[in-house]
Amino acid sequence: MSLTWVTLAKDLRLEWRSKDSINSMLFFALLVVVIFSFSFDPTAEESRQIAGGLVWVAFLFAAVVALNQTWARELRNHVLDAYRVSPAPANALFLAKAFGNFIFVTVLELLMTPLFIIFYNLRALGPAYQLPLVTVLGTWALVVNGTFFAAISIRTRSREIMLPLLLFPVSIPAVLAMVEATRSILTGDFSARFWLVLLAAYDVVFTIASLFLFESVLHAE
Amino acid sequence: MKSTFTGLAILTALLLSWGLYQALVIAPTEQTMGDVQRIFYYHVPSAWTAFILFFINLIASIVYLANRSSKADALALAAAEVGVVFCTVVLVTGPIWARPVWGIWWTWDLRLTLTLVLWLIYVSYLMLRRFSSGGQTALIAAVLAVFGALDVPLVYFSIWFFRTQHPQPVMGNGGSIDPRMLHALLINWAAFSCFAALVLWSRFRLEVLRRNLEQTQALEELLQPRSSR
Repeated sequence: MSLTWVTLAKDLRLEWRSKDSINSMLFFALLVVVIFSFSFDPTAEESRQIAGGLVWVAFLFAAVVALNQTWARELRNHVLDAYRVSPAPANALFLAKAFGNFIFVTVLELLMTPLFIIFYNLRALGPAYQLPLVTVLGTWALVVNGTFFAAISIRTRSREIMLPLLLFPVSIPAVLAMVEATRSILTGDFSARFWLVLLAAYDVVFTIASLFLFESVLHAE
Repeated sequence: MKSTFTGLAILTALLLSWGLYQALVIAPTEQTMGDVQRIFYYHVPSAWTAFILFFINLIASIVYLANRSSKADALALAAAEVGVVFCTVVLVTGPIWARPVWGIWWTWDLRLTLTLVLWLIYVSYLMLRRFSSGGQTALIAAVLAVFGALDVPLVYFSIWFFRTQHPQPVMGNGGSIDPRMLHALLINWAAFSCFAALVLWSRFRLEVLRRNLEQTQALEELLQPRSSR
C-alpha cells in the first residue's frame, strides 16, 4: 500500500510541476464544448437531452490524453524496466496509476462542469445529488480500463492511436450508462437507478479483471 | 490428417450446395416478406457460426493464459479472423433484409447492437495483433479477449434496458415456422459450421507453419558461422 502511495505522490508531483496532461486535457475539452455548442445551438430543453452525451464524450476523449501519458512517462529513462525487475507488487503500481488518472480526470471534470452549465443553460430537473455518484462511478469506469489498456498499448507500434481503438469498444456499456444516467437526472424523466447499478457492476468486474491480469501484462516479454 | 481435411472439404461442398438448393428451391416463399426472407438461411447460420468462433477464441485465449501454448494462441488468432468474417456477413445481410421488411436499414435492437459491439471488439483485437510486435502479442491479445468476453453481459444488460426505455419496432417472430424452412435453416447451419471449421483449420495450420518457419529461420541465422553470411 505504501508503494501505491509513493508512486501516486510522485505522479501527482510530476504533474503539478509540469501540468502537461491537465493543460492539454482542459484545452481539448474546452474546444469540444465550444464547437458542439455553436454547431448545435440547442435550446434549454434540447440541451438536457443531449448534454449527457456531449459531456461524457468530451471527457472520454480528453481522458485519453492523460491515459496515454500514464505509462509513456515511464518509458523514458527505462523506469518501466526498473519496475519490472523490482520485487514490488505489480498491482500496487497499477492502483497508483489508476488513482492518479482518476484524480486528473476528476479535476478536469470539476473545472469543465461550470462551463457546460454556462454554455448549455443546464439545470437539473431530476435528483441532482445523484450526479456526483454518476461522476465517481463513471470516471473510475473510464480510468480503470484506460490505465490497463494504456499498459497494453505501449507494447504496440503507434501506441497513441492504439489506446482509443482498444478502450472505446469495451467502454460502450459504461459510456451508455453514464450518458443515460446523466440524461435521466437532467430531464427527470426516468430513474437513474438501473444505470448506476450497471456502472457499479462494470467497475467491480473490470477492477477485479485488471488486478488479476495486470501482472502478466507488465511482465510480458 | 490430410485425408480428414479432404473429407471435410468434400462434405462442406456437398452440404453447401444442398443447403443452397434447400434454401432457394425447397423452402416455401414466406407469405408477407416474400423472397427476401430467404436471406435468413444465410444470415442466421452465419451469426451462430460467428458466435461459436468467438467462443472458441475465448477458450483458446484462456488456455493460452493458463499454459502459454503457442498452438492455443494460433487457434485464437484463426478463430478471431474467421469469426470477424462471418460476423461481417451477418452485419451486411441484416440491413439488406431489414430495409424492405422493417423499412429501415438499422435499428438499435438488442441483437443488432450486441453483434455490432462484438464485431467492434474483435476488430480491435485483430488491430492489436497487427500493431503489436514481438513475443508479447499473444499475451496481450489473450488478455484483451478476456476483457471483451467480460464486456458482453454488460453490453447485453445495458441495451436490454435501453430498449425497454425506448420501444422500437422489433422482430415479429410470432407463429410457427414451416418445417421445410427449419430444414433449410438447419442444413445451412451445418454447412456453414463445416465451412467455418474448414477455413479455421487451414488458417490454423498456416499460422502454425508460419511460426515454425520463423523459428527455423531464426535458428539457422544463429547457427550459421559469421564468415559465410
